Amino acid sequence: MAPVASPCTDPVVLDMWHPISAVAEIKPGRVHTTQLLGSPVSYTLDGDGRPVVWRADPALRPGMPVDAARITERLPVIDRFCFVWTSYGDPPDRLFSIPEFDESDRRTFAAASIGVHTSAPRAVENFLDMGHFPYVHTGILGVEPHTEVVEYDVDITDDNEVVATRCLFYQPLAALAATKGQMTEYTYRVPHPYVAMLYKTAPPDPSRLDAIAIFLQAVTEEQIVAHNFLCMVDHTNTDSELKIFQQKIFGQDKPIIENQMPRRLPLAPRAETPIRADKSSITYRRWLADLGITYGVIPEAA
Amino acid sequence: MIKLYNYELSANCYKQRLFLSILGLDYEAITIEFFPGMEHKSEAFLEINPLGHIPVLDDDGFMVRDAHAILIYLAARYDPSGRWYPTGDPGLLAKTAQWLLFCEGTTSTASAARLHDSLHYDFDIDAVRAGAHRLFRVADEHLWFAEQEGYDWLVPTDHPTIADLALFPDVILSEEGGVSRQDYPALHRWTDRVKRIDGFTPMPGIFFAAPART
Repeated sequence: MAPVASPCTDPVVLDMWHPISAVAEIKPGRVHTTQLLGSPVSYTLDGDGRPVVWRADPALRPGMPVDAARITERLPVIDRFCFVWTSYGDPPDRLFSIPEFDESDRRTFAAASIGVHTSAPRAVENFLDMGHFPYVHTGILGVEPHTEVVEYDVDITDDNEVVATRCLFYQPLAALAATKGQMTEYTYRVPHPYVAMLYKTAPPDPSRLDAIAIFLQAVTEEQIVAHNFLCMVDHTNTDSELKIFQQKIFGQDKPIIENQMPRRLPLAPRAETPIRADKSSITYRRWLADLGITYGVIPEAA
Repeated sequence: MIKLYNYELSANCYKQRLFLSILGLDYEAITIEFFPGMEHKSEAFLEINPLGHIPVLDDDGFMVRDAHAILIYLAARYDPSGRWYPTGDPGLLAKTAQWLLFCEGTTSTASAARLHDSLHYDFDIDAVRAGAHRLFRVADEHLWFAEQEGYDWLVPTDHPTIADLALFPDVILSEEGGVSRQDYPALHRWTDRVKRIDGFTPMPGIFFAAPART
């Protein structure tokens, strides 16, 4: 049972694309149901493997067989980056782009979809933060005494994405394919209010970048499903090994973000005290306010 | 060589990793992709455990399944002090068994709530959370009285038993299932003591204890 919550009324959020399931997790011709923005939605794959999404109907319970052709009242749908995306409103024609997804030698897959007691913006913000690496991902993404977050750049691009560049951090085990510690350079992207991506040096080929994303499904304002997406340069480890590595990292983050209160992200500049390392977070919060997002945040008092 | 078929985020599998670490035993961890791959239900894994559960321990061909049975085996086989599973004392042994069975209850309540909230398992969330609180209340009271009598652990002896290791993960991970530990101060103090056992190792979601105040 999904938590009871009032349906979202934020017009900006209603018009966005939202991830609801890894395509690989869907049994064709069976009803699946999840909750998005406080309302239940159902989905399946039709006979051609195309996703079909509709507002949940109590007569079509999860697990029941369904003939997708008989579903006439459908929600908008995109099958992109290994996930099904839908919208309750009038979404843009296209989803944001991940050019690396189309490189033929990349390993691209859904790593896990994990429920978390927090808001989508809190999860984005945690994903953008490097300061916690040595303390939360000890021995993997960071280690004491290498705790400094050096100055980095944050910009809003012409495509209206938040991008942080020149982010450098010492990492003992930057990826499963790493064999020794390295200074890892990160680029962070927020191409969508509820999506965070990072690009980091791929240990097997330092001229290329691994791309990792979390696509956040806002179940309610304070409950999400974090869909982990990987787009890797790694020809050694199995899909399963890469998935488990990512789950381990995410599992370490989970109690930290679940303990951040309030769960909705405050947008008032002085609501929480930022430090220099939080530059990307400050820009992200301001960007959310400029977009007029109210769902999953505590807007600044007018 | 000991092999452990396990999954990184599983509370039941963590019990074995924790005890192997405390005993200082080398082992090979074989990952079963419990989520999202459901590899524990695959035909290949059903050959290893027809029940389709993890963990499973393979000690040079001797196979044991079920989390608490594995703890009993490891203690009886590899703890020469006999303190982790006190077979030499009927009273302590009975109390250890009693608390191990108690942990079957936290697995089906606190752990189920975590599976529901994190990995989308279909449980009656209100019922499993209420069940977890009922058990936590019992454990908290028990530990409070134990502390008054000078005992640090579930079983009244001066050394932890496998029952402490069996209960610890479901308690320390409970908030992932929406089960707050705020009302259980004795249980909280006990989790800190478990974290200070020599050889303690964490898992995702569990951290080392903060340094003790000096």
